[in-house]
Amino acid sequence: MNTAAMDLSVEGLACRRAGRTLFRDVAFTLRSGEVLQIEGHNGSGKTTLLRILCGLTRPAEGRVCWAGEDIRDNYAAYATHLSYVGHHAGIKEELTPLENLAFAAALGGAGGGSPEQALQRVGLPFECEELPCRKLSAGQRRRVALARLLLVSSRLWVLDEPFTALDVAGRALVETLLREHAAQGGMAVVTSHHAVDLEGCTVQQLHLG
Amino acid sequence: MNQPSLARAWSALLKRDVMLALRQRGQLANPLLFFVLVVALFPLGMNPDPGLLRSIGPGVIWVGALLAAMLALESMFRSDFDDGALEQMLLTPYPLPLLVLAKVTAHWLVTGVPLLLVSPLLALLLHLDGEAILILLATLALGTPLLSLIGAIGVALTVGLRRGGVLLSLLVLPLYVPVLIFAAGAVGNAAAGMAVTGQMAFLGALLALATALAPLATAAALRISLD
Repeated sequence: MNTAAMDLSVEGLACRRAGRTLFRDVAFTLRSGEVLQIEGHNGSGKTTLLRILCGLTRPAEGRVCWAGEDIRDNYAAYATHLSYVGHHAGIKEELTPLENLAFAAALGGAGGGSPEQALQRVGLPFECEELPCRKLSAGQRRRVALARLLLVSSRLWVLDEPFTALDVAGRALVETLLREHAAQGGMAVVTSHHAVDLEGCTVQQLHLG
Repeated sequence: MNQPSLARAWSALLKRDVMLALRQRGQLANPLLFFVLVVALFPLGMNPDPGLLRSIGPGVIWVGALLAAMLALESMFRSDFDDGALEQMLLTPYPLPLLVLAKVTAHWLVTGVPLLLVSPLLALLLHLDGEAILILLATLALGTPLLSLIGAIGVALTVGLRRGGVLLSLLVLPLYVPVLIFAAGAVGNAAAGMAVTGQMAFLGALLALATALAPLATAAALRISLD
């Protein structure tokens, strides 16, 4: 498949919630190696936009295309290229980080590396690997969620507030991961309230609201 | 990169759900205990005449099983909805109805099968004889997966609501009634020494129908709930 054509393009996207228009005429094209940063005040529809990009929520108008094809027409093909880390990352409290990642790998058709390597990369202390996730701190759980990105090696990352609950080192780590991902030809859509340092990447900004 | 494999995803989902249930045994024991208590209290609260117990026994056991199954329903998608695992399930390349079937199977294994296992004891308590107990087991084996499959549709529709419990009962109960009628009827017939093929065939047909259609409806309902 021609990788150069694997773009995410969005045309005339509009979203209405409870009779109120959150945003309209949102359009952008994200190419290989680019990062899109979405800004906007609370309630401006950042999360909804990400959910539309993932195909979870139906837009009121407009469409989302992957490689020139509406994602609804061939969702299974799109889903193999997509990783979404939302506010709730699908981390099971009763399972250990390793078990959570092993499950994510089984569900996501993984190819990146082993769960152990991924957890090491996101800096989760070794002794935490065998604890149930409910005993981890919020920041550590966030790291487990981010480790899934390394495990599944999707082309498109959709990250909702990836810096939440992370310390300074954790935020630097996310920035490094994003830079590496972009350098390898991946693309990412990120919402964040903070200034994100992505030197060397092509960063597009989108302001909502 | 490994190709995504439906079989691997299916079994991983089944295994994870069973493992989660086994780690939260309290939740698991609740409906089972309810079932045992309801059925065990009947002989105490009523005239303990073996003839009477034998005649109401099939109905009592099945009503108990049905209510216990309803009690256990909520947990099917609730935690997955709360922690985002359901979203991740929708974002996989696999057909959602098949993943739903894995979840329903896991739910039945941890909630339906225990009911099946304790029911012979409860049947003895209600003076059912050997033949009736066998048929009771057969109806539960066909009926409890049916309850899980039908219930899944209702749970999927109400999982987005904060207080969906009452609505869930109202949605699901009318659909449970045919199961109750045919199953309790079959056990009653067996206790009276009559033929049960008609009821059993009906239960089997309902199960086949629900296995084919309920996951489709559940998947559609989940997409609506998560929109």
